[in-house]
Amino acid sequence: MKDNAILVVVARFLIPLMMLFGLYVQFHGEYSPGGGFQAGVLFAAAWILFVFIYGLETGLRIIPERVIYALAALGVLLYGFIGLLGVLLGGRYLDFDPLLASPQAAQQAGIILVEFGVGVTVASVVMVFFMMFARRRAESLEAGLDPDADEDIGQ
Amino acid sequence: MNITEIMPFIVLIPLLAGPVCVLLPGRGLPWLLATISASAAFILAALTLGSVFEGETLRYAFGDWPPPIGIEYRVDAANAFVALLITGVAAILLPWAKPLVDEEIPERQGSFYALFLIALAGLLGITLTGDVFNVFVFLEISSLATYGLIAHGKDRRALLAAFRYLIMGTVGATFLLIGIAFIYILTGSLNMVDLAERLPALGDSRALQVGLGFIVVGLAIKLALFPLHHWLPNAYTYAPTLITTFLAATATKVALYVMLRFIFDVFGPQYSFTALPLAAVFMALAIAGMFAGSWMAIFQRNIKRMLAYSSVAQVGYMVLGVSLLSLAGLTAAFLHLFNHGLMKAALFASVGLIAYQAGSLRIDDLRGIGRQMPWTLTAFALAGVSLIGVPPTAGFISKWYLIGAAVEADQLWLVALILITSLMALIYIARIVEVAWLQPRPDDAPAVNEASWLLLLPVWILVAANFYFGLDTRLTVGAASAAAQALTGGALEGLLP
Amino acid sequence: MTVLSFFNYWAVIVLMMIGYYCVIVRGNMIKKIIGLGIFQTSVFILFISAGKVIGGSTPVLRDGVSVYSNPLPHVLILTAIVVGIATTALALALTVRIREAFGSIDDDVIDAAQQDDEGR
Repeated sequence: MKDNAILVVVARFLIPLMMLFGLYVQFHGEYSPGGGFQAGVLFAAAWILFVFIYGLETGLRIIPERVIYALAALGVLLYGFIGLLGVLLGGRYLDFDPLLASPQAAQQAGIILVEFGVGVTVASVVMVFFMMFARRRAESLEAGLDPDADEDIGQ
Repeated sequence: MNITEIMPFIVLIPLLAGPVCVLLPGRGLPWLLATISASAAFILAALTLGSVFEGETLRYAFGDWPPPIGIEYRVDAANAFVALLITGVAAILLPWAKPLVDEEIPERQGSFYALFLIALAGLLGITLTGDVFNVFVFLEISSLATYGLIAHGKDRRALLAAFRYLIMGTVGATFLLIGIAFIYILTGSLNMVDLAERLPALGDSRALQVGLGFIVVGLAIKLALFPLHHWLPNAYTYAPTLITTFLAATATKVALYVMLRFIFDVFGPQYSFTALPLAAVFMALAIAGMFAGSWMAIFQRNIKRMLAYSSVAQVGYMVLGVSLLSLAGLTAAFLHLFNHGLMKAALFASVGLIAYQAGSLRIDDLRGIGRQMPWTLTAFALAGVSLIGVPPTAGFISKWYLIGAAVEADQLWLVALILITSLMALIYIARIVEVAWLQPRPDDAPAVNEASWLLLLPVWILVAANFYFGLDTRLTVGAASAAAQALTGGALEGLLP
Repeated sequence: MTVLSFFNYWAVIVLMMIGYYCVIVRGNMIKKIIGLGIFQTSVFILFISAGKVIGGSTPVLRDGVSVYSNPLPHVLILTAIVVGIATTALALALTVRIREAFGSIDDDVIDAAQQDDEGR
């Protein structure tokens, strides 16, 4: 769809704003409405809009498939590791107080890091959802699995 | 470090090993990590059970937020016993299943083992947590992973089984969420101990009854209590061997445990059994399930589906024990929960070997196979003996305690029903033995080799466990009665109708 | 007045019944998934509407406000929404695979195909 000038102009304007808003929701989540889930979905939505305009292949050049999978796992692991850090420093699991001297700073740092892990995982998982469904029709046509292969839905 | 500090790692180890598994390439590494983490969780579960055996309760507050504000894990004999069963079955099955998984899921084994670990962590989380919303979250974590695992089956009907299980399972979990919403609206609390203190003060109300009803029905779907069992036979029949064996030994047990936790701990037996006629409903459904499940099992043509229907019948025995509303009945239910896990693991594992070697699960194709795979079929027959309930097996012990509880409750007619359904189990097990040993192998049937001893060893360990726990009942009966004691706090007297 | 003061419950009941009806009656898998989504959403509304405190403001600490709405139901339901998304995605993925394997997403057609499989 990158031949349509209006779409391209609007998307070029919107995509950076969406990403910025995603980051805003992410990093203000600890004391105002927001957090990793919402931020991750917003960030992934920006990528999906990009793919709508420029196609999946271009989208995967920006962030390769393997990287998306790795990030999905690494986000969870960041969450788990921050939790473990509390245990290693003598507290309980997900206890942030031992991380820093001041309890306020410790709680804030802990929750920001944990929510960052959540955000990374949610963003990459939403990207994986989209990628899987977007590619499936081409794959199943190739494998001869599609029952309605004759009907062309404007590929 | 004391055991309370280590106990949550029973859940955390598989939960964190799951995402690592996704990143590991190839076939060997993901399997190795899954095996190691399941074994580590098993060791921790054994240590935990050892320290709560005498009636202590371990409480672990996450993030050091004191309950009821924070989420806590609360472990007594009841959940430690169930956790031991789950981790034990996983730790035995994972080393065994490597060649079977290699054959059934040739690609992307990292994700497969990751899903398995997450399903395992979900089941353990349901078992250990002391927070009712956490129960819902872990239930959905384990269920979603389970749907994905079932869909890995080679037959195209596995997809359909997974989809139908997903619809029923999600409806069940949403029912549980509705019930939790009702009790949260009434009390403003989600902590089980806190709820147990606040709910009696509220007195009876329509909202509380509805909440209890939704929770019981939602969990009954997960438990596959007759007539809500329709997802189970297809899901067990078409799932990969490892998954069928693992689920048959653990998933329904966890649902039963958490239902008992709600009925006895959160609502309290005084309330649950007087506000709703649960005892009568459970007894009727249990008996109907025992007969319908055994009856359907007799006429199946696929051996895996036969065992799946037998599971429906066996759930009936456990619920029957609960419906007797006595400490003896509850002990029998916990005992059968554990023992049935052992025998179904052994049965499905030997059937898995038949499928691996012979490539077919149709009973017609198994004619005369006993002579070609003697060790596998002997293991099947011995585990079947335990299922029927012949001494000296674990199955006999649980039926003995169940009959004892029925006699204690002056319900002698139940003893007759238990004996009749045991005879029906004899019919469907004997049918396999007859086909496999006494009928001649057709001339055109392909030659079948015995499985290698590496594959046979874990199956025989499970069979041996069935006999060991039939002779030495200190662990099982002790833990089961400690579990029943922990759930009721001895508060069942005077409830019998 | 009493009927109207419980309007959130009425909304929940109506949505719940619509969703549940779709799940049970519809033979088309996509419609089943939509019904499941409506059914789950009704429960989310039940939970969230219970967190509203009359006269309470958004639960962000600040001066001059003493009554806050209860934030906990929102947090719980955020988790439940994520679970719902995962369920829907998995159900849709299974539907795609079922359509490839059976050539249909209608219960009746698939049941017939399944009968064929049993016969083999």
